[in-house]
Amino acid sequence: MKKKIIEIESEIVESFSFLDTWEEKYEYIIEIGKKLPVLENQLKTEDKIIKGCQSTVWLVPSYIDGLVFFKADSDAIIVKGLVSMLIRVLSDHSPEEIIQARLEFMDQIGMHAHLAQTRSNGLRAMVSQMKEYARAYQVINLKD
Amino acid sequence: MISTAPSNDIFNITDIRKQFPILGRTINGKPLVYLDNAATAQKPKTVIEAISRYYTHFNANVHRGLHSLAEEATEAYEASRTAVQQFIGAAHREEIIFTRGTTEGINLVAYTWGHANIIAGDEVLISEMEHHSNIVPWQRLCRKLNAVLKVIPVLDNGELSLSAYHELLSPRTKLVAIAHASNALGTINPVKAMIETAHRVGAVVLLDGAQSAVHCDIDVKDLDCDFFAFSGHKVYGPTGIGVLYGKSAILNSMPVFHGGGEMIKEVTFEQITYNDIPYKYEAGTPNIADAIALKAALDFIALYGRNHIREYEAALLNYATAQLKVVPGLTIIGTAREKVSLISFTIKGLHPQDIGILLDKQGIAVRTGHHCAQPLMKRFGITGTVRASFAVYNTFDEIDLLVSGLLKAIKMLT
Repeated sequence: MKKKIIEIESEIVESFSFLDTWEEKYEYIIEIGKKLPVLENQLKTEDKIIKGCQSTVWLVPSYIDGLVFFKADSDAIIVKGLVSMLIRVLSDHSPEEIIQARLEFMDQIGMHAHLAQTRSNGLRAMVSQMKEYARAYQVINLKD
Repeated sequence: MISTAPSNDIFNITDIRKQFPILGRTINGKPLVYLDNAATAQKPKTVIEAISRYYTHFNANVHRGLHSLAEEATEAYEASRTAVQQFIGAAHREEIIFTRGTTEGINLVAYTWGHANIIAGDEVLISEMEHHSNIVPWQRLCRKLNAVLKVIPVLDNGELSLSAYHELLSPRTKLVAIAHASNALGTINPVKAMIETAHRVGAVVLLDGAQSAVHCDIDVKDLDCDFFAFSGHKVYGPTGIGVLYGKSAILNSMPVFHGGGEMIKEVTFEQITYNDIPYKYEAGTPNIADAIALKAALDFIALYGRNHIREYEAALLNYATAQLKVVPGLTIIGTAREKVSLISFTIKGLHPQDIGILLDKQGIAVRTGHHCAQPLMKRFGITGTVRASFAVYNTFDEIDLLVSGLLKAIKMLT
C-alpha cells in the first residue's frame, strides 16, 4: 500500500536520527541535492521560477489520475537537497493530502530555519507554490 | 596571527571588543565571527546605554515644551547635530538634517531638489556600482520628468571608468549621484576630483556615504559635495537614524518634503510659512532617542581616532586579501587600488548561498547575494557574491577562521 505523506516524513526523520553532527546532516542534504535529476533546460521556463532573494528554484507540476507530481531544480545545492526532500514527501499524492501536509519533519530534522520567513532562499515560497498547484488541481477535480 | 595594531595607547583590540556586548554571543555553538559590517555594524555599550538613558531620564518631545525634560532632550538632540557637523566637517550645523537613513536622505533630495530643478531632457548621472537606493529614486524621477538617466560604467577591477565619466558629463547633466564607496566591491571612488569636474559643467553632486562614513575621513567642505547622505547604523549607531548633509544655500532654496509639525513657522488655512533649515525638513516628532545615541557612536569613533581605525582596518583588509587568495577557486570581485575594508568574492562552481549557510553553521556571519546592486552583478556576469566586511572590532584570528571555514564549506560542497 502506498505511503502517506506523514509516513514519508517519519522515514526522513528516522534517517536523520542517525546523523549526529550538523556536518553529517548537511553533507546528507548536499548528497541528495546532487542526486536529484537536473531539470531539462526546456522545462526551466520563466513561469516555473520561484524567485528567492538569492537562489532560484524551478518547480514543474503535473496532474495524473488524481495525483500531483512535482519536478524541481535549484541553482544552489543545499536548497536543491531540501527541495528534493520536499518532493519526496509531497509528490505522488492527492491535492487534499498536499494541502493538509504540515511538513513538521523539517522542524524535527533541524531544518526549520530554511522554511522561516527570514530566509530568502525561495524554499518557503516553493512550499506555498506546491500547495497553490494542489489547490488549483483540486478545483479542476471538483469541476469534473 | 600577525600583529599590526596601530601605535596608539588607547587602541587595544581586546578593550575595543569588550565594548560590544554582542561579540560575546555564540552562534550554533561557536563564538560569533561577525563579518557583515557593511550591512550593519554592531553597537558599543555607550550607544545602547544612550538610548536607555534617554528613555529612563529625559524622554520628552524636542523644540516644544518649556519644561526641564523637554529642554534636556532638545539640548541632547541638538548636541548630536553638532557632533555630526564635526564628524563630516560641515560649515554650519543647520546643514545637518536627521533622516531615517541613507535611503531616506537620497529620496528627500530626489523629491525636493529633483522636482524643483530637473526638467525634461536634463540628465542625471549615476554609476554602474550604485546600490539600489541610489538608482531607484533617480530612475523614478527621470521617468516622471522625462529626464535621462545615464550610467558611468565600471572597469574590470571595480573602479569607475573616469574617461567615460568625462565623456558623459555635459551641460545637460544636472546631477551626479554616486557612491563614495561601493557596498558590493569596496571601491573608494575618487570623488573629490569627480565633484570638481561635475561642478565645471554646473551639475550638483550627491554622495551616497553609506559605506564611506565609517571608514573614510569625511570633510564635506573639502570634498565640496552638495549633498552627502549616510546611515547611523553603519557607523556603530542605532538603526532608524541617518543624516542628510546639504549646502545651506541649496537647502534654503529647495521645496519642503514632508509637511507637518516642526517644519512650519505659521499655519493658517490659507497660507503656511515654513521653518528655517534644518527644521524645515524634519516634519513631525523626530527619532530623538536614536539621534541622541548617534552622538555616542561618533564619540566612540573619535575616542579611538579615525586614522587609527582606518589603519587597523586596512591591515585587516590586506591580511584577508592575501589569505583568501590561497582558497581554491576563489575570485575576488573588486580589486580597486583604493578600497574600504570589505571583500566580495565568488568560488568557482559554488553558489554563494551554500557557502553562506555553511559559514553560518560555523558561527561566521557574512552577506551573500546581489547586495542590492543587481546591475553591478550583471556587469560582472554573476548573480551574487559572498561578502566579508570588517569593522574595528574584527581580528586577524577571525580572518583565519573565515578562511578555514571556507575551506571546510568547499570540502563539504564538492
